[in-house]
Amino acid sequence: MMLIGFGKGCFIMANAVDFAKIKADEGAAYAKPVQILDNDGNVVNKELMANFTDDQLVDLMKKMVWERALHEQTMSFSQQGRLGFYAPTWGEEASEMGTASAFKKQDFLCPAYRDIPQLIQHGATVAQMYLWSKGHLKGNLFEARALRPQIIIGAQMVEMAGAALGIKKNGEKDAVAYAYTGEGGSSQGDTYEGMNFAGAFQAPAVFIIQNNGWAISYPSKLQTEAQTIAQKGVAAGIPGVQVDGMDVLACYEVAKEAREFAAAGNGPVLIETLTYRFGAHSSAGDDPSRYRTKEEEKPWFDKDPLIRLRKYLTKKGLWSEDEEKKYADECKDDFKKAIKEADSVEPEKVSDMLKRTFEVPTPDIKEQIKEYEAKESK
Amino acid sequence: MAKKTYIKAITEGIDIALAEDPKTLVFGEDVGKNGGVFRATNGLQTKYGKDRVFSTPLAESGILGMSIGLAATGWRPVPEIQFMGFTFEAMDSIAGQMSRVRFQYNGTKNMPITIRTPYGGGTHTAELHGDDLENFFVGIPGLRVVTPSSAYDAKGLVISAIENNDPVLFLENLRLYRSVKGEVPDDKYTVPLDKANVVQEGNDITIVTYGGMVPEAVKAAKKLAKDNISAEVIDLRSLYPLDTDTIFESVKKTHHVVVVQESQKMAGVGAQVASAISEGAIMYLDAPITRVAAPNSVYPFPMAEDVWLPRAKEIEDAARQVVNY
Repeated sequence: MMLIGFGKGCFIMANAVDFAKIKADEGAAYAKPVQILDNDGNVVNKELMANFTDDQLVDLMKKMVWERALHEQTMSFSQQGRLGFYAPTWGEEASEMGTASAFKKQDFLCPAYRDIPQLIQHGATVAQMYLWSKGHLKGNLFEARALRPQIIIGAQMVEMAGAALGIKKNGEKDAVAYAYTGEGGSSQGDTYEGMNFAGAFQAPAVFIIQNNGWAISYPSKLQTEAQTIAQKGVAAGIPGVQVDGMDVLACYEVAKEAREFAAAGNGPVLIETLTYRFGAHSSAGDDPSRYRTKEEEKPWFDKDPLIRLRKYLTKKGLWSEDEEKKYADECKDDFKKAIKEADSVEPEKVSDMLKRTFEVPTPDIKEQIKEYEAKESK
Repeated sequence: MAKKTYIKAITEGIDIALAEDPKTLVFGEDVGKNGGVFRATNGLQTKYGKDRVFSTPLAESGILGMSIGLAATGWRPVPEIQFMGFTFEAMDSIAGQMSRVRFQYNGTKNMPITIRTPYGGGTHTAELHGDDLENFFVGIPGLRVVTPSSAYDAKGLVISAIENNDPVLFLENLRLYRSVKGEVPDDKYTVPLDKANVVQEGNDITIVTYGGMVPEAVKAAKKLAKDNISAEVIDLRSLYPLDTDTIFESVKKTHHVVVVQESQKMAGVGAQVASAISEGAIMYLDAPITRVAAPNSVYPFPMAEDVWLPRAKEIEDAARQVVNY
């Protein structure tokens, strides 16, 4: 209660500010996810649907099938002990492939460790990403205009703001920088700093936060009192939008428009995709049954991004389960070739790593190079 | 040749780097129009424009994280962190990110970032405005750490740092900004990033130090000279890597060593110098190596600063003990 004045001898109590309403309004303004296809593959936004050609729809379907196949095959390699760290992407195919498909080769990607599929779409090879997972530095030698997968969540957001500013200073006309993190990463100060810097410098940046419900075992509803992640853009003065992250068409459309907005010199955009991590946090022994129930998972599995586009395309005669299985198998054959290629690369040497610590090795490192060359030649 | 202050020499060095490479960018809190809170970038925005010399929002992790993205898109960033105590806010960008980039990319990518930051006590500043934190940074693989003690070195060293293709932490001693003046050529010259400087030659004892302690060591050497103790003063200039060749050469001549640092005694640069000598030149020593350093407390609030900081008298006393061992 705010005491704002006295009447004729008696108190007049009134509220100057309705904080509860402000809080509710802030969330409500952003809790409006863009959607084109519903869970059952029905078109809920005909105008936006008209933006897609049949070829594009099939292409997006194939990319999602590719990503799921990549997830399945990679987890299998991981269980066989053939890979190191890898973050599962099961359930996030629409969020990742939908948004990633909206960007162009000249754009600068700052991925985190769960964004390997987008990095491959941007030009890295599967074999390179397998080398990265195995812990081989050659995994980072991709052609794509991108930074290495970021391990420190949030750091990619400030780095991306810098890349966006670099693009602006270079005078590049049709290019943006874009970065991914999860809703967990949105708690990091670097996410705010990145958005604020990009906003202050009006840099062409697209921040994509995949709200997959979980930061390992900590649910999104406990991570922040903000009703949406999208509204976190308000503090930086940049537009934020929520999109149904299980709807690949909506993810593509929103990312495409965000890219156009940023590339046109209007400054950065924040996108929150509402998605779900169907599986574990990582390949390193996380067990979701320790912190969430099957009942909680069930409604999200009903929103499986592959189901809804598959239903839509099947109705239109553009796709079939058989085609999908055949394509997934082809993808998996490619991944089997990729891991063989990765396995054939000579293991890393400590002496080589020492040589690559500085452009010109320092005197102490020169000594250590000699020492390790001797050890490693035995 | 004109005598210039240490800070003026730094400004001239940055000016030359901006003039020589159009990809050089200078930025940080208050760096643009205001020329930095110490005026190290004074006049540079007027000369090179707001696109290349600019102020940033107040966020150190943002400043250095952004530097990585700028370097990755072809720029040569020279960010300023307003006080060294604020680098804690950006430790991930420094230790977790930029210094690892060359390694992460198997040697194929440069990360030509020069982080300039003032450090060092004795100016009665607020907390975390005078701390010497170099000990944290010399253990970060992939990062060079340098600090000049003279106006001449300040200019030549900052140019070398900016031209280098690896991240360099360039430490500017606050106390020396305006207290030190020296001959500084107007034109471009460089000072190597990994060579110590023999500030004055001597035969009886070697005083190894850097930054703000160099003038104190020179004062101590003058006192010692009155008693016919001839001290050689070495300014490391580079804290990583260490120029052990120059140190060993001196030790072989004097057989006595005092290592002086302004920061706390625990671990750090002085300890590394002492262990390098014990590994590489112990057979030449006639006495134990002695260290003069600040005690292992938090950097004090201004009132206790004068007692806390090592001074010439303590260096002189330590040197006498070592020589008379």
